[in-house]
Amino acid sequence: MTGESEGERNRSNAFVVSARKRTLQKVAKTTGEGMLFSVAFFVAVVVLFIFYFVARDAIPFFQIRGFSEFFTSTNWYPADEPGEFGALAIIYGSLMVTLGSAMIAVPMGVAAAICLSDILPFSIRQYAKPVIEMLAAIPSVAFGFFALVVLAPLMQDHGGPLLMWAWWILVSPFLLLSVIVISDLLTANIKDEKRREKRHWMWLIVLGFFSIFLLFKVGAVLNGIQILTGTNALNVSIILSFMALPTIVSVSEDALQAVGRDIREGSYALGATRAETIIKTILPAASSGILAAVILGIMRALGETMVVWMASGNSSHIPEPWFNYLEAIRTLTATIAGDMGEADQVTGSARFHVLFAMGLLLLIISFISNLVSERIVVRQRKILSGQ
Amino acid sequence: MIQRLLLLLFLIVFAVSETADAAVKTIVLDGSTTVGPVAKSFAIYFTKKYGVRVTVSESGSGNGAKSLINSSCTIATMSRAMKEAEIAAARKKGVNPVAHVIAFDGLAMVIHPANPVRSLSISQIRSIYQGTIRNWKEVGGANARIVVIQRESNSGTQESFKELVTGKRMRITGNSETQSSNGAVKNRVSTTLSSIGFLSLGFVDSSVKVIAVNGVVPNEKTVKNGAYKVTRPLYLYTNGQPSGLVKQFIDLPNTPEGKGMITELGLVSR
Repeated sequence: MTGESEGERNRSNAFVVSARKRTLQKVAKTTGEGMLFSVAFFVAVVVLFIFYFVARDAIPFFQIRGFSEFFTSTNWYPADEPGEFGALAIIYGSLMVTLGSAMIAVPMGVAAAICLSDILPFSIRQYAKPVIEMLAAIPSVAFGFFALVVLAPLMQDHGGPLLMWAWWILVSPFLLLSVIVISDLLTANIKDEKRREKRHWMWLIVLGFFSIFLLFKVGAVLNGIQILTGTNALNVSIILSFMALPTIVSVSEDALQAVGRDIREGSYALGATRAETIIKTILPAASSGILAAVILGIMRALGETMVVWMASGNSSHIPEPWFNYLEAIRTLTATIAGDMGEADQVTGSARFHVLFAMGLLLLIISFISNLVSERIVVRQRKILSGQ
Repeated sequence: MIQRLLLLLFLIVFAVSETADAAVKTIVLDGSTTVGPVAKSFAIYFTKKYGVRVTVSESGSGNGAKSLINSSCTIATMSRAMKEAEIAAARKKGVNPVAHVIAFDGLAMVIHPANPVRSLSISQIRSIYQGTIRNWKEVGGANARIVVIQRESNSGTQESFKELVTGKRMRITGNSETQSSNGAVKNRVSTTLSSIGFLSLGFVDSSVKVIAVNGVVPNEKTVKNGAYKVTRPLYLYTNGQPSGLVKQFIDLPNTPEGKGMITELGLVSR
């Protein structure tokens, strides 16, 4: 053979794939894909199996006792002979602490996310975000212990003054801000500058006095409240809101970041201030992401067990009046945890299956919420990518 | 790397042989949180004396019964007698539960030390737990709503309380709070001014105030001679008549050392 063909062989050897090598590659490719697929498949199957097994043990309860008692009665006496399985008060308790924790965690979480993404300089944000996310790493039993041993006695001994100070600290900045904004808005239409200035001051003084009156009056009422039991819905709501915070802050900060520099700079270029940019441009653009964050945070609060079991008082009744957060309540998760001990296939069927019915209810609620938040995130991505 | 693997292998083999060995030489106790402290001090004593490993779990009397039925423990510690349904379930699984009374326990009604109330009758306690008496001033205390504290449904102490005080049929009010152990009840009562709860006599200390029931204060003497009405036996349950080491363990409460330990923990020996 000539030297030329030898050179050609040398060159092509690096690129030509031998039959053996090709089969090897193929095998590696299929096994790799197969492994990844089976892992993904396994995860999906696990979810389905959880659904199946919980439903399998939940359905017998409804066959034995029917639907109406479970959803309409507040008599929860599973251990008695004969037992009663009214879960209305327990479902109500779950919703109550979830709503309570959302009312605390959502404003705080969204405000913190805005502060992190748009107000703090980058160097501080780098440290602040991991610290907030550290909250998620604290075990729930530690939160529960804190709630039971520190927060509960504190509420009992200094409940009224604590509530008053919380009201002052939380509400006064909001009132201050709203007084300024409202008086601005009320006088915005007045053309004459001097008259506008005068009117503005007048409104500021009137609204200022009104809000100070409100602060003191409500503060005095709160100061007079005596909290009888520290293991109550408020205690649990506070602790749960701290547990939901990292999720809400982290996910909504991501959503705010995803809005992008171009939109912010466009807003500044049109002469908007930072406050206007945040309120009128960034928040609407990130709203669906923030909503998804809120739903995820709420799910965290709804599903939490240990804190609730330790600090809610576990008292299966609807508080009187119905919005009284200072009474002990009982939640679905805590009931499952607390009653699992003795409820067994051997010792009582309705009593065992009712816990699965509660589990199924929780599963359905969280499934729907996840679905909704998933849809919202998808929609936001579409909007942001301009489709 | 290879050294590490060898070490791991060694550890695994060691662990396996250890558990295989343990099947013969370990006594597993599970059940009541009331009996727990006694069982633990017995366990320490027994391990020291005979070199046998004894593990004690406290998950509630109901769980103890369940463990014995499922043969996952050697001895079930219970602060109540086994229920008919439990015995039937055990028989079905080929387990024959045998009861051994190890000590007596008074159920102490406890309140916050600052509460002026000193004594309640059984019928007053019943009304409080039923929810018909809702304010301390109705039983001679301050004007404050009563925070009623009970135990969860797998507690033997709860069962004994219902049996001895409120009656099995009575429903405890839904306003009452539920705590999951003697220690948790003590903690809540010691920090909550207007609360009332019930505890095993063994758990009582100065952080709570024990009130007299029908005029009798629970102590070793009144529990032993039956003057204090809210008294119950504490049990160890075994599968069949015990033999060998398990029998020696069950017999501990009859020895002077065992009696000493029981008294030291605030319970009353037989």
